[in-house]
Amino acid sequence: MDLYADNILDHYKHPRNTGSLTDAISHREENISCGDDLIIDLTIDDGKIKDLKWRGQGCAISQAAMSLMSEELIGMTVAKAETFKPDDVYKLLRVPVGPRRFKCALLGLHTFLNTLRKAQEKPLQSWIETVSVDN
Amino acid sequence: MNFDISSIRRQFPILQKKVGGQVLCYLDSAATSQKPQPVIDAISGFYTTKNANVNRGVHALSEEATVSHDQARNTVRKFLNARHSHEIIFTKNATEAINLVAHIFGDTLKPGDHIACSVLEHHSNIIPWMQCAERKGLELDWLPITKEGYLDLRETEKILAKGKTKLVAISGLSNVVGTLQPITEMTALAHKYGAVILVDASQLAAHEPIDVQKLDCDFLAFSGHKIYGPTGIGILYGKTALLEKMPPFLGGGDMIQSVTNAGFTCAELPRKFEAGTLAAADAAGLAAAIGWMEKVGIENIQKHEESLIAHTLTELQTIKGLKILGPTDPQKRTGCVSFTIDGIHPHDLTDILGKEGICLRAGHHCTQPLHAFLGITASTRLSVAVYNTIEEVDQTIASILRAQKLLQKK
Repeated sequence: MDLYADNILDHYKHPRNTGSLTDAISHREENISCGDDLIIDLTIDDGKIKDLKWRGQGCAISQAAMSLMSEELIGMTVAKAETFKPDDVYKLLRVPVGPRRFKCALLGLHTFLNTLRKAQEKPLQSWIETVSVDN
Repeated sequence: MNFDISSIRRQFPILQKKVGGQVLCYLDSAATSQKPQPVIDAISGFYTTKNANVNRGVHALSEEATVSHDQARNTVRKFLNARHSHEIIFTKNATEAINLVAHIFGDTLKPGDHIACSVLEHHSNIIPWMQCAERKGLELDWLPITKEGYLDLRETEKILAKGKTKLVAISGLSNVVGTLQPITEMTALAHKYGAVILVDASQLAAHEPIDVQKLDCDFLAFSGHKIYGPTGIGILYGKTALLEKMPPFLGGGDMIQSVTNAGFTCAELPRKFEAGTLAAADAAGLAAAIGWMEKVGIENIQKHEESLIAHTLTELQTIKGLKILGPTDPQKRTGCVSFTIDGIHPHDLTDILGKEGICLRAGHHCTQPLHAFLGITASTRLSVAVYNTIEEVDQTIASILRAQKLLQKK
């Protein structure tokens, strides 16, 4: 199946939940291999993701993945959100992401998990920890 | 020799390969070139009939391997017009060659000394100097470039005139903006102010004849794999007087004269800098690549590539929102054209093109300081070699237009 499927292009051209939040936990991550970056603003209330906005620059895959994730995550319990894995992102994308593009697809996940860790005052995790499938 | 593009293409087996049902359209030779059959044959021929450890033992096979390796060294010497074969040091690639100089020449420098490289260098001609500066307490000066992507000689002279610069490292040909650098003038300038100069010829060697005696540079480095040769082999050229003064780099077998419990003495040049078993098959492959280029004729290669670059520049500029990095005058460009397209990320573009068998490079091409200078994080690069055709460029342009339509935000 084509990586540039309709749902990906739709989220790339019309990204959901972009922008910023006030009184939120904010965190930025960069894809060191291409220089793309994402910033997430996050608010948590009563153990749930109350709201999430994001902004940044990147390719269609990183932007679409972040947009799809944002829809999924808003309203989710923190306990569930912190177990979000690469496979969950791939399921949202519904297209096979090969070794060339997984860094693009997972930039949003890495940014989100570290925003959450920042909110919980936990130490940030490395890229390897985010993408590793055996944890 | 008459130049016949179909006969050239037939000599590259990989060009018959199909990707996604389409014939491979390889426009990424600045990253690595494809290999003609004579190079592939030279490597397998070495393993089939000559394989033994070079410079070890006196048995017949070892002698044959050693002779093959010495011949390869002499082929490289002639390719660069170096005065002596012992001025040709085999390394893993240009990166290792530059690191060798950064370690052993760099180690002769004193805290407070300056070294200099330009903004348009490949990371392999930046990082070794940053590491060297850190190790030895040196200052690293950045030589400015003009808007078009040429070394700014006037500003460079001001830096060198301070008299602190001991070494200048510059590329002979940019791997992004495709500008041939004024290396002859730069060499004279470096020498005027008492600095030695290293030329990174990684891109240059594939496109232009090199004469190190005429150029008078002190060091020059290139990789075999960018000039139709194998990976895993590169060259450091150094002037005898400098190489003799410098301590050895890696320690190990073959780089010694003698070893006792008390210590060791170094072998003569070039073995002093070639510790461990040599990549003899790859050296034979590199020699075959040079032989092949000379048979085709470097002036034929240049003429063909110039027509490809001129056509590429003209056609790319018809695409809306496309910006060329560096000069748009084909006379000022060699080997590659890099560009950005408004609203399209290079990764998306090259991924979509890749499905049609078209191979372009996306990213910062290991030149982050240059991309920062240009005010961008990434670009797409189309680079040519002797086996490319005008039709391939046209096919790429058509494909870029389709990708643009697909990704355009309304």
